[in-house]
Amino acid sequence: MTADSVALARSPKSLPLDERSIWLRRLVVDALVGGERGHVGSSMSPIEILRVLYDDVLRHRPSEPGWSLRDRCILSKGHGCLALYALLADKGYFPTDLLKTFCRKGSILGGHPEHGKVPGVEASTGALGHGLSIGVGMALAARMQKRDSRVFVIMGDGEINEGSVWEAALSAGKHKLSNLVAIIDYNKIQSAGATAHIQELEPLLDKWRAFGFAAEEVDGHDVAKLQKLFARVPLDAGRPTAIVCHTVKGKGLPFAEHDPEWHHKSKVTAELGERLYAALEPR
Amino acid sequence: MRQTCVNMVYELAKADDRVVFIGSDLSPGLLAGMQEQFPDRWYMEGVSEQNVIGMAAGMALDGAIPYVNTIATFITRRCYEQVAVDLCVHDLPVRLIANGGGLVYAPLGPTHEAIEDIAIMRALPNMTVVAPADAEEMKRFMAVSVDWPHPIYIRLGKGGDRVVTRPEHGFAIGQAYLLREAEGGKSNPVLLVGTGVATTQALQAAEMLAADGIACHVLHMPTVKPLDVAAIEKYARASRLVVTVEEHTVIGGLGSAVTDALVERFDGRVPRIRRIGIPDVFASDYGNQEWLMETFGLHAANIADVVRKAVGSD
Ligand SMILES: Cc1ncc(C[n+]2csc(CCOP(=O)(O)OP(=O)(O)O)c2C)c(N)n1
Repeated sequence: MTADSVALARSPKSLPLDERSIWLRRLVVDALVGGERGHVGSSMSPIEILRVLYDDVLRHRPSEPGWSLRDRCILSKGHGCLALYALLADKGYFPTDLLKTFCRKGSILGGHPEHGKVPGVEASTGALGHGLSIGVGMALAARMQKRDSRVFVIMGDGEINEGSVWEAALSAGKHKLSNLVAIIDYNKIQSAGATAHIQELEPLLDKWRAFGFAAEEVDGHDVAKLQKLFARVPLDAGRPTAIVCHTVKGKGLPFAEHDPEWHHKSKVTAELGERLYAALEPR
Repeated sequence: MRQTCVNMVYELAKADDRVVFIGSDLSPGLLAGMQEQFPDRWYMEGVSEQNVIGMAAGMALDGAIPYVNTIATFITRRCYEQVAVDLCVHDLPVRLIANGGGLVYAPLGPTHEAIEDIAIMRALPNMTVVAPADAEEMKRFMAVSVDWPHPIYIRLGKGGDRVVTRPEHGFAIGQAYLLREAEGGKSNPVLLVGTGVATTQALQAAEMLAADGIACHVLHMPTVKPLDVAAIEKYARASRLVVTVEEHTVIGGLGSAVTDALVERFDGRVPRIRRIGIPDVFASDYGNQEWLMETFGLHAANIADVVRKAVGSD
């Protein structure tokens, strides 16, 4: 297959990736090659979102993952865990060397992130549509315990087909959880193909607004714009925030971008690994 | 087995216009031929398992025979109440095709490992539970699935599974098949009972044990519910030991079903039983299916060991 034309037309034409974004993607490839498998496209689209969160937004202590005053970040689309693992390793939650053990016998890094196993992983995900409810619970816990922690939940666009996401959105709206931020990695592609063909989500911003969120959209690969927008969170002091990030599935790998066939690869050969690294040569 | 199964849906759809395919969010291009030929009987509805089960129920209430397909953990856990109420209470002919029964998705962790699917599906009134051992058996089963008047849970193995079943057996829902007869007369053999691809491990174990002079029957139970109690009774009666093997938790699966049947039929004089399955834990490691099977002792060598130990302490 090749790029899905509908997804391509609907996705941002962002700036070229900078050195740090390329470095983080190379960490993802280290894991893909080490594990000989993985969700390629799904892990490339949320890198800048996670980068900006961990570099500039979250209050966190890599040396003390259980610090109670930290902000919580849940990767609800758990299959994109290589992006999260890359950031957590880069920040020092665990050594970057471990990335090579991805999915291997004895590794802590599985095909979906597990709480209690991987330092920095706030909830075990992988079954889609759970993260926002868990986030609502954490946001309410922060309120009960008079902590000013915030909770960020990253979801896929296919993931938000799940009814449970919208049940959680109703609760978040009802409780006016201004400490909760729902983030959509809107790469316009789910497993079977373009969201426009499988399950249309538009008008997506209107949906979040209708559920009681203050919602805005942004180019999910534009680091400066992401920084600027996240600095304004909560967008409304009396409501939860939703940020729809326009992204590209497979971003950074020209042959994989917008292509549903790159959602997951169960055989990442050494040869394919070479191709992946070559695509990410620093420019 | 998986590809064979969905291809059969297409074949069945050509012969019977009640047959419908509903996927949640599967691979691109799945059953593209069917989508093109029967656009009103092919659906890909997105990541919404509860919704697709309800949809299937609605179609079935109006005469359709929907085959619903997604990953085993999501077609069971995620929409259990829809399966219980919409399918089982209404007793509708909806078929659930469950990708990756057991530990197939080992590298993906506990969210994707269907270790209790047989137990929770079996517990529902009206539900039928089928776990073929190989693609050939899958084909024979699918051919007779259309006219079964109840919901069916279909557990799929990984694919490329060794063919161990026999065409001359045909396939009837609810029937067990003896795939190996104990050699050297039938006095006091060991009875190995398997379902799904675990039967293949049982057959290999029987071969290993034959070399040690321990004769085994291997009874394959592709249908776990309704259970072929007559077959179990027949072969267990003459056996000195019954060993069940399944890629599933020891709670509530084949081992439980067989034990229940033996307790009831033999009225207290139950033969000795060993149940081999996944202990009461979520897998804590990754790697691959074979590795986790070995970790949990579901491979042929361990089955043979369990038998040797049990027989040695006769
Ligand atoms: C409840 C549930 N159903 C199905 C799946 C299988 N699955 C894994 S990823 C995926 C597609 C998700 O698409 P999207 O949320 O758009 O993420 P992307 O990879 O495109 O970023 C599906 C259906 C799952 N993990 N959980």
